[in-house]
Amino acid sequence: MPELNTSRLTALLDQRYDELLAAWITEQLQIVRRGQISESDLRAQCAELLQAVRRGLSSGGSTNLAGQSWAAARDLLARVSSERAQQGFPPSETAMFVLSLKRPLFDALRGASNDADTLASDVWTATVLLDQLALYTTEAYQRSREQLITRQQEDMLELSTPVVKLWDGVLALPMIGTLDSSRTQIVMESLLQRIVETGSDVAILDITGVPTVDTLTAQHLLKTVTAARLMGAECIISGIRPQIAQTIVHLGVDLGDVVTKATLADAFKLALSRVGLTVGRVRPSSSSSAPALAAPSTND
Amino acid sequence: MDRIPILRMGPVLLVSIQVDMHDQLALALQDDLSNAITAHGSKGVLLDISSLGIVDSFMGRMLANIAGIAHVLDAATVVVGMQPAVAITLVELGLSLEGVRTALNVEKGIAMLQAAVADRDIPFHTMIDADGTD
Repeated sequence: MPELNTSRLTALLDQRYDELLAAWITEQLQIVRRGQISESDLRAQCAELLQAVRRGLSSGGSTNLAGQSWAAARDLLARVSSERAQQGFPPSETAMFVLSLKRPLFDALRGASNDADTLASDVWTATVLLDQLALYTTEAYQRSREQLITRQQEDMLELSTPVVKLWDGVLALPMIGTLDSSRTQIVMESLLQRIVETGSDVAILDITGVPTVDTLTAQHLLKTVTAARLMGAECIISGIRPQIAQTIVHLGVDLGDVVTKATLADAFKLALSRVGLTVGRVRPSSSSSAPALAAPSTND
Repeated sequence: MDRIPILRMGPVLLVSIQVDMHDQLALALQDDLSNAITAHGSKGVLLDISSLGIVDSFMGRMLANIAGIAHVLDAATVVVGMQPAVAITLVELGLSLEGVRTALNVEKGIAMLQAAVADRDIPFHTMIDADGTD
Protein backbone atom coordinates (compact mmCIF):
# COMPACT_ATOMS: atom_id res chain seq x y z
CA MET A 1 0.00 0.00 0.00
CA PRO A 2 1.49 3.38 -0.97
CA GLU A 3 2.08 5.69 1.99
CA LEU A 4 -0.63 8.33 2.21
CA ASN A 5 -0.15 11.93 3.10
CA THR A 6 -1.57 12.34 6.59
CA SER A 7 -0.19 15.75 7.48
CA ARG A 8 -3.33 17.70 6.58
CA LEU A 9 -5.52 15.20 8.39
CA THR A 10 -3.33 15.45 11.47
CA ALA A 11 -3.48 19.24 11.37
CA LEU A 12 -7.25 19.17 10.99
CA LEU A 13 -7.64 16.87 13.98
CA ASP A 14 -5.45 19.17 16.06
CA GLN A 15 -7.26 22.38 15.09
CA ARG A 16 -10.86 21.26 15.07
CA TYR A 17 -10.77 18.51 17.70
CA ASP A 18 -13.64 19.81 19.87
CA GLU A 19 -15.87 20.53 16.92
CA LEU A 20 -15.29 17.06 15.44
CA LEU A 21 -15.91 15.32 18.74
CA ALA A 22 -19.21 17.13 19.27
CA ALA A 23 -20.41 16.34 15.75
CA TRP A 24 -19.36 12.69 16.08
CA ILE A 25 -21.21 12.25 19.38
CA THR A 26 -24.34 13.83 17.90
CA GLU A 27 -24.07 11.41 14.98
CA GLN A 28 -23.73 8.42 17.29
CA LEU A 29 -26.59 9.39 19.54
CA GLN A 30 -28.87 9.14 16.51
CA ILE A 31 -27.68 5.60 15.76
CA VAL A 32 -27.44 4.10 19.22
CA ARG A 33 -30.77 3.03 20.67
CA ARG A 34 -31.72 4.61 23.98
CA GLY A 35 -30.74 2.69 27.08
CA GLN A 36 -28.16 0.50 25.40
CA ILE A 37 -25.25 2.59 26.51
CA SER A 38 -25.13 5.65 28.74
CA GLU A 39 -24.35 8.97 27.08
CA SER A 40 -21.46 9.71 29.42
CA ASP A 41 -19.82 6.36 28.59
CA LEU A 42 -20.25 7.07 24.90
CA ARG A 43 -18.71 10.53 25.26
CA ALA A 44 -15.75 9.11 27.16
CA GLN A 45 -15.18 6.39 24.57
CA CYS A 46 -15.42 8.82 21.64
CA ALA A 47 -13.05 11.31 23.22
CA GLU A 48 -10.56 8.60 24.06
CA LEU A 49 -10.62 7.14 20.55
CA LEU A 50 -10.28 10.53 18.88
CA GLN A 51 -7.29 11.29 21.12
CA ALA A 52 -5.76 7.92 20.29
CA VAL A 53 -6.25 8.51 16.56
CA ARG A 54 -4.65 11.95 16.86
CA ARG A 55 -1.68 10.50 18.71
CA GLY A 56 -1.38 7.67 16.21
CA LEU A 57 -1.37 10.08 13.27
CA SER A 58 0.96 12.64 14.76
CA SER A 59 3.57 10.27 16.19
CA GLY A 60 3.89 7.91 13.25
CA GLY A 61 2.39 9.75 10.34
CA SER A 62 1.41 6.32 9.10
CA THR A 63 -1.97 4.70 8.55
CA ASN A 64 -0.60 1.22 9.20
CA LEU A 65 -2.55 0.08 12.27
CA ALA A 66 -0.06 -2.65 13.16
CA GLY A 67 2.51 0.00 14.11
CA GLN A 68 3.57 0.86 17.64
CA SER A 69 2.02 4.34 17.48
CA TRP A 70 -1.44 2.83 17.13
CA ALA A 71 -1.21 0.56 20.18
CA ALA A 72 -3.45 2.83 22.28
CA ALA A 73 -6.15 2.95 19.59
CA ARG A 74 -6.02 -0.83 19.14
CA ASP A 75 -6.35 -1.48 22.87
CA LEU A 76 -9.27 0.91 23.17
CA LEU A 77 -11.13 -0.61 20.20
CA ALA A 78 -10.56 -4.13 21.51
CA ARG A 79 -11.95 -3.12 24.88
CA VAL A 80 -14.96 -1.28 23.45
CA SER A 81 -15.91 -4.11 21.09
CA SER A 82 -15.55 -6.82 23.72
CA GLU A 83 -17.75 -4.73 26.05
CA ARG A 84 -20.32 -4.32 23.30
CA ALA A 85 -20.17 -7.99 22.37
CA GLN A 86 -21.05 -8.86 25.94
CA GLN A 87 -23.83 -6.26 26.06
CA GLY A 88 -25.38 -7.89 23.01
CA PHE A 89 -24.77 -5.20 20.40
CA PRO A 90 -25.03 -6.49 16.81
CA PRO A 91 -21.73 -6.42 14.87
CA SER A 92 -22.97 -3.69 12.50
CA GLU A 93 -23.67 -1.28 15.35
CA THR A 94 -20.30 -2.05 16.87
CA ALA A 95 -18.60 -1.20 13.58
CA MET A 96 -20.71 1.95 13.27
CA PHE A 97 -19.01 3.23 16.42
CA VAL A 98 -15.99 3.93 14.20
CA LEU A 99 -17.71 4.42 10.84
CA SER A 100 -19.97 7.17 12.16
CA LEU A 101 -16.89 9.39 12.40
CA LYS A 102 -16.80 9.52 8.61
CA ARG A 103 -19.44 12.18 8.04
CA PRO A 104 -18.16 14.69 10.61
CA LEU A 105 -14.61 14.16 9.40
CA PHE A 106 -15.49 14.52 5.71
CA ASP A 107 -17.55 17.65 6.47
CA ALA A 108 -14.58 19.12 8.28
CA LEU A 109 -12.23 18.24 5.44
CA ARG A 110 -14.55 19.85 2.94
CA GLY A 111 -14.65 23.01 5.01
CA ALA A 112 -10.85 23.12 5.25
CA SER A 113 -9.96 22.84 1.59
CA ASN A 114 -11.11 24.48 -1.63
CA ASP A 115 -8.98 22.42 -3.98
CA ALA A 116 -10.82 19.35 -5.34
CA ASP A 117 -7.68 17.23 -5.75
CA THR A 118 -6.46 17.89 -2.21
CA LEU A 119 -9.93 17.18 -0.86
CA ALA A 120 -10.24 13.90 -2.75
CA SER A 121 -6.84 12.72 -1.55
CA ASP A 122 -7.58 13.69 2.06
CA VAL A 123 -10.97 11.98 1.99
CA TRP A 124 -9.27 8.85 0.64
CA THR A 125 -6.69 8.93 3.43
CA ALA A 126 -9.43 9.32 6.04
CA THR A 127 -11.48 6.51 4.50
CA VAL A 128 -8.53 4.11 4.48
CA LEU A 129 -7.79 4.90 8.10
CA LEU A 130 -11.37 4.65 9.35
CA ASP A 131 -12.06 1.47 7.39
CA GLN A 132 -9.04 -0.16 8.98
CA LEU A 133 -10.17 0.91 12.42
CA ALA A 134 -13.69 -0.41 11.74
CA LEU A 135 -12.35 -3.72 10.45
CA TYR A 136 -10.18 -4.03 13.52
CA THR A 137 -13.25 -3.37 15.70
CA THR A 138 -15.26 -6.06 13.92
CA GLU A 139 -12.42 -8.55 14.28
CA ALA A 140 -12.14 -7.82 17.98
CA TYR A 141 -15.92 -8.15 18.31
CA GLN A 142 -15.81 -11.53 16.59
CA ARG A 143 -12.94 -12.66 18.79
CA SER A 144 -14.72 -11.84 22.00
CA ARG A 145 -17.88 -13.57 20.77
CA GLU A 146 -15.87 -16.68 19.98
CA GLN A 147 -14.28 -16.60 23.43
CA LEU A 148 -17.77 -16.40 24.91
CA ILE A 149 -18.95 -19.39 22.88
CA THR A 150 -15.87 -21.45 23.78
CA ARG A 151 -16.36 -20.72 27.45
CA GLN A 152 -20.03 -21.66 27.28
CA GLN A 153 -19.17 -24.90 25.50
CA GLU A 154 -16.72 -25.79 28.25
CA ASP A 155 -19.32 -24.96 30.89
CA MET A 156 -21.86 -27.14 29.12
CA LEU A 157 -19.45 -30.08 28.99
CA GLU A 158 -18.83 -29.81 32.70
CA LEU A 159 -22.49 -29.37 33.55
CA SER A 160 -23.90 -32.10 31.40
CA THR A 161 -21.86 -35.02 32.70
CA PRO A 162 -22.54 -35.44 36.41
CA VAL A 163 -21.89 -38.86 37.95
CA VAL A 164 -24.35 -39.46 40.77
CA LYS A 165 -24.30 -42.11 43.46
CA LEU A 166 -27.67 -43.87 43.75
CA TRP A 167 -26.73 -46.32 46.46
CA ASP A 168 -23.59 -47.85 47.96
CA GLY A 169 -21.93 -49.52 45.02
CA VAL A 170 -24.35 -48.14 42.42
CA LEU A 171 -23.48 -45.13 40.26
CA ALA A 172 -25.66 -43.45 37.65
CA LEU A 173 -24.64 -41.25 34.75
CA PRO A 174 -27.58 -39.33 33.30
CA MET A 175 -26.40 -38.24 29.86
CA ILE A 176 -27.98 -35.17 28.32
CA GLY A 177 -27.36 -33.98 24.78
CA THR A 178 -25.56 -35.34 21.76
CA LEU A 179 -22.70 -37.74 22.43
CA ASP A 180 -19.69 -36.78 20.33
CA SER A 181 -16.11 -37.94 20.73
CA SER A 182 -14.91 -35.17 23.04
CA ARG A 183 -17.94 -35.51 25.31
CA THR A 184 -17.65 -39.27 25.45
CA GLN A 185 -14.03 -38.89 26.49
CA ILE A 186 -15.01 -36.63 29.40
CA VAL A 187 -17.97 -38.84 30.34
CA MET A 188 -15.76 -41.93 30.30
CA GLU A 189 -13.00 -40.33 32.35
CA SER A 190 -15.32 -38.94 35.01
CA LEU A 191 -17.26 -42.19 35.27
CA LEU A 192 -14.14 -44.37 35.60
CA GLN A 193 -12.66 -41.96 38.13
CA ARG A 194 -15.81 -42.13 40.25
CA ILE A 195 -15.87 -45.93 40.00
CA VAL A 196 -12.38 -46.01 41.49
CA GLU A 197 -13.23 -43.46 44.19
CA THR A 198 -16.46 -45.10 45.33
CA GLY A 199 -15.54 -48.72 44.61
CA SER A 200 -18.86 -49.21 42.83
CA ASP A 201 -19.74 -52.52 41.21
CA VAL A 202 -22.53 -51.27 38.98
CA ALA A 203 -22.86 -48.14 36.85
CA ILE A 204 -26.05 -47.15 35.06
CA LEU A 205 -25.68 -45.15 31.84
CA ASP A 206 -28.99 -43.39 31.35
CA ILE A 207 -29.45 -42.10 27.80
CA THR A 208 -32.95 -40.65 28.21
CA GLY A 209 -31.56 -37.21 27.40
CA VAL A 210 -29.64 -38.27 24.31
CA PRO A 211 -31.72 -37.11 21.34
CA THR A 212 -30.37 -39.47 18.67
CA VAL A 213 -28.30 -42.62 18.66
CA ASP A 214 -26.31 -43.46 15.56
CA THR A 215 -23.55 -45.98 14.99
CA LEU A 216 -20.92 -43.57 16.30
CA THR A 217 -22.86 -42.85 19.50
CA ALA A 218 -23.41 -46.56 20.04
CA GLN A 219 -19.71 -47.19 19.54
CA HIS A 220 -18.90 -44.52 22.13
CA LEU A 221 -21.32 -46.10 24.60
CA LEU A 222 -19.80 -49.53 24.05
CA LYS A 223 -16.32 -48.13 24.61
CA THR A 224 -17.42 -46.70 27.96
CA VAL A 225 -19.04 -50.00 28.94
CA THR A 226 -15.94 -51.97 27.95
CA ALA A 227 -13.59 -49.64 29.85
CA ALA A 228 -15.75 -49.95 32.97
CA ARG A 229 -15.79 -53.72 32.60
CA LEU A 230 -11.99 -53.79 32.34
CA MET A 231 -11.87 -52.06 35.69
CA GLY A 232 -14.24 -54.60 37.19
CA ALA A 233 -17.54 -52.72 37.17
CA GLU A 234 -20.66 -53.71 35.31
CA CYS A 235 -22.59 -51.22 33.16
CA ILE A 236 -26.30 -51.13 32.50
CA ILE A 237 -27.65 -48.91 29.72
CA SER A 238 -31.09 -47.49 30.49
CA GLY A 239 -33.53 -44.94 29.15
CA ILE A 240 -33.75 -46.36 25.65
CA ARG A 241 -36.80 -44.81 24.04
CA PRO A 242 -38.89 -46.82 21.53
CA GLN A 243 -37.63 -44.81 18.53
CA ILE A 244 -34.04 -45.27 19.65
CA ALA A 245 -34.53 -49.02 20.09
CA GLN A 246 -35.86 -49.14 16.52
CA THR A 247 -32.95 -47.08 15.22
CA ILE A 248 -30.41 -49.32 16.95
CA VAL A 249 -31.91 -52.43 15.36
CA HIS A 250 -32.32 -50.82 11.93
CA LEU A 251 -28.71 -49.66 11.95
CA GLY A 252 -27.61 -53.17 12.84
CA VAL A 253 -25.71 -51.95 15.89
CA ASP A 254 -24.52 -54.89 17.96
CA LEU A 255 -24.71 -54.00 21.64
CA GLY A 256 -23.09 -57.34 22.44
CA ASP A 257 -23.77 -58.68 25.91
CA VAL A 258 -24.44 -55.24 27.42
CA VAL A 259 -27.52 -55.24 29.63
CA THR A 260 -30.11 -52.70 28.46
CA LYS A 261 -33.25 -51.57 30.24
CA ALA A 262 -36.09 -49.31 29.15
CA THR A 263 -36.17 -47.11 32.24
CA LEU A 264 -33.80 -45.98 34.93
CA ALA A 265 -36.07 -47.62 37.52
CA ASP A 266 -35.66 -51.03 35.89
CA ALA A 267 -31.92 -50.56 35.69
CA PHE A 268 -31.77 -49.48 39.35
CA LYS A 269 -33.73 -52.56 40.39
CA LEU A 270 -31.31 -54.81 38.52
CA ALA A 271 -28.33 -52.93 39.95
CA LEU A 272 -29.64 -53.40 43.49
CA SER A 273 -30.09 -57.12 42.92
CA ARG A 274 -26.52 -57.32 41.61
CA VAL A 275 -25.18 -55.81 44.83
CA GLY A 276 -27.49 -58.07 46.86
CA LEU A 277 -30.32 -55.70 47.83
CA THR A 278 -34.05 -55.67 47.16
CA VAL A 279 -36.78 -53.04 47.37
CA GLY A 280 -39.90 -53.76 49.40
CA ARG A 281 -42.68 -52.11 51.36
CA VAL A 282 -42.31 -51.55 55.08
CA ARG A 283 -45.95 -52.65 55.69
CA PRO A 284 -47.37 -54.82 52.92
CA SER A 285 -51.03 -53.84 53.63
CA SER A 286 -50.60 -50.05 53.52
CA SER A 287 -50.58 -48.68 49.99
CA SER A 288 -49.32 -45.22 50.96
CA SER A 289 -46.15 -46.27 52.76
CA ALA A 290 -42.89 -45.54 51.04
CA PRO A 291 -40.82 -48.39 49.68
CA ALA A 292 -37.72 -49.16 51.69
CA LEU A 293 -34.49 -50.92 50.95
CA ALA A 294 -33.68 -54.06 52.85
CA ALA A 295 -30.87 -56.51 52.54
CA PRO A 296 -31.91 -60.13 52.25
CA SER A 297 -30.80 -62.11 55.28
CA THR A 298 -28.76 -64.54 53.19
CA ASN A 299 -26.46 -61.91 51.78
CA ASP A 300 -23.42 -60.45 53.56
CA MET B 1 17.07 -59.58 35.54
CA ASP B 2 14.11 -58.53 37.69
CA ARG B 3 11.25 -60.95 38.02
CA ILE B 4 7.73 -60.36 39.23
CA PRO B 5 7.05 -62.47 42.33
CA ILE B 6 4.27 -65.05 42.17
CA LEU B 7 2.76 -65.76 45.58
CA ARG B 8 0.88 -68.95 46.31
CA MET B 9 -2.15 -68.74 48.57
CA GLY B 10 -3.87 -72.11 48.68
CA PRO B 11 -5.43 -72.88 45.35
CA VAL B 12 -4.80 -69.43 43.93
CA LEU B 13 -1.71 -67.58 42.79
CA LEU B 14 -1.27 -63.88 43.50
CA VAL B 15 0.67 -61.70 41.10
CA SER B 16 1.05 -58.02 41.91
CA ILE B 17 2.70 -55.90 39.27
CA GLN B 18 4.35 -53.01 41.11
CA VAL B 19 6.67 -51.73 38.40
CA ASP B 20 6.14 -50.48 34.90
CA MET B 21 6.31 -53.55 32.73
CA HIS B 22 8.77 -53.90 29.90
CA ASP B 23 8.43 -56.57 27.29
CA GLN B 24 11.07 -58.97 28.69
CA LEU B 25 9.52 -58.77 32.15
CA ALA B 26 6.09 -59.58 30.75
CA LEU B 27 7.43 -62.56 28.81
CA ALA B 28 9.25 -63.83 31.92
CA LEU B 29 6.04 -63.45 33.96
CA GLN B 30 4.08 -65.42 31.39
CA ASP B 31 6.69 -68.18 31.56
CA ASP B 32 6.92 -68.25 35.37
CA LEU B 33 3.17 -68.14 35.81
CA SER B 34 2.45 -71.04 33.49
CA ASN B 35 5.12 -73.09 35.27
CA ALA B 36 3.70 -72.15 38.67
CA ILE B 37 0.13 -73.08 37.72
CA THR B 38 1.29 -76.50 36.56
CA ALA B 39 3.59 -77.04 39.53
CA HIS B 40 1.00 -76.18 42.18
CA GLY B 41 -2.11 -77.26 40.31
CA SER B 42 -3.60 -73.82 40.99
CA LYS B 43 -7.25 -73.19 40.26
CA GLY B 44 -7.13 -69.40 40.11
CA VAL B 45 -4.81 -66.49 39.28
CA LEU B 46 -5.24 -62.99 40.70
CA LEU B 47 -3.42 -60.35 38.68
CA ASP B 48 -3.19 -57.04 40.52
CA ILE B 49 -2.31 -54.20 38.13
CA SER B 50 -3.34 -51.27 40.33
CA SER B 51 0.19 -49.80 40.21
CA LEU B 52 0.44 -50.16 36.46
CA GLY B 53 0.12 -46.70 34.92
CA ILE B 54 1.26 -47.29 31.36
CA VAL B 55 0.18 -49.99 28.94
CA ASP B 56 0.83 -50.50 25.25
CA SER B 57 -0.70 -52.92 22.79
CA PHE B 58 1.95 -55.52 23.68
CA MET B 59 1.10 -55.35 27.38
CA GLY B 60 -2.61 -55.57 26.59
CA ARG B 61 -1.97 -58.68 24.53
CA MET B 62 0.19 -60.14 27.32
CA LEU B 63 -2.68 -59.75 29.80
CA ALA B 64 -5.03 -61.53 27.40
CA ASN B 65 -2.38 -64.22 26.75
CA ILE B 66 -1.80 -64.85 30.45
CA ALA B 67 -5.55 -65.27 30.94
CA GLY B 68 -5.70 -67.58 27.93
CA ILE B 69 -2.80 -69.73 29.19
CA ALA B 70 -4.34 -69.93 32.67
CA HIS B 71 -7.65 -70.97 31.12
CA VAL B 72 -5.97 -73.76 29.16
CA LEU B 73 -4.31 -74.92 32.38
CA ASP B 74 -7.76 -74.93 34.07
CA ALA B 75 -7.30 -71.87 36.27
CA ALA B 76 -9.60 -68.84 36.39
CA THR B 77 -7.96 -65.41 35.98
CA VAL B 78 -9.15 -62.20 37.57
CA VAL B 79 -7.49 -58.90 36.70
CA VAL B 80 -7.99 -56.38 39.51
CA GLY B 81 -7.44 -52.68 40.08
CA MET B 82 -7.07 -51.44 36.53
CA GLN B 83 -6.57 -47.66 36.47
CA PRO B 84 -9.07 -45.54 34.46
CA ALA B 85 -6.34 -44.31 32.11
CA VAL B 86 -5.22 -47.87 31.44
CA ALA B 87 -8.79 -49.00 30.78
CA ILE B 88 -9.34 -46.14 28.32
CA THR B 89 -6.06 -46.90 26.55
CA LEU B 90 -6.91 -50.59 26.17
CA VAL B 91 -10.36 -49.76 24.79
CA GLU B 92 -8.89 -47.26 22.33
CA LEU B 93 -6.40 -49.92 21.26
CA GLY B 94 -9.36 -52.21 20.60
CA LEU B 95 -8.35 -54.68 23.30
CA SER B 96 -11.40 -55.49 25.38
CA LEU B 97 -9.84 -58.57 27.04
CA GLU B 98 -12.81 -60.77 26.22
CA GLY B 99 -13.01 -63.72 28.57
CA VAL B 100 -10.92 -62.10 31.29
CA ARG B 101 -12.70 -61.55 34.57
CA THR B 102 -12.13 -58.15 36.20
CA ALA B 103 -12.71 -56.72 39.66
CA LEU B 104 -12.27 -53.32 41.25
CA ASN B 105 -9.88 -54.39 44.01
CA VAL B 106 -8.07 -57.39 45.46
CA GLU B 107 -10.84 -58.05 47.98
CA LYS B 108 -13.52 -58.33 45.31
CA GLY B 109 -11.16 -60.28 43.08
CA ILE B 110 -10.55 -62.87 45.79
CA ALA B 111 -14.32 -63.17 46.34
CA MET B 112 -14.76 -63.73 42.62
CA LEU B 113 -12.07 -66.42 42.51
CA GLN B 114 -13.58 -68.00 45.59
CA ALA B 115 -16.89 -68.25 43.76
CA ALA B 116 -15.19 -69.61 40.64
CA VAL B 117 -13.32 -72.24 42.63
CA ALA B 118 -16.48 -73.10 44.59
CA ASP B 119 -18.21 -73.79 41.26
CA ARG B 120 -15.86 -76.74 40.88
CA ASP B 121 -17.39 -78.29 44.01
CA ILE B 122 -14.19 -77.98 45.97
CA PRO B 123 -14.61 -75.79 49.06
CA PHE B 124 -12.16 -72.89 48.87
CA HIS B 125 -11.37 -72.78 52.60
CA THR B 126 -10.98 -76.54 52.78
CA MET B 127 -8.44 -76.30 50.01
CA ILE B 128 -6.47 -73.63 51.83
CA ASP B 129 -6.60 -75.71 55.03
CA ALA B 130 -5.64 -78.85 53.18
CA ASP B 131 -2.71 -77.07 51.61
CA GLY B 132 -1.72 -75.55 54.92
CA THR B 133 -1.49 -78.94 56.59
CA ASP B 134 0.66 -80.37 53.83
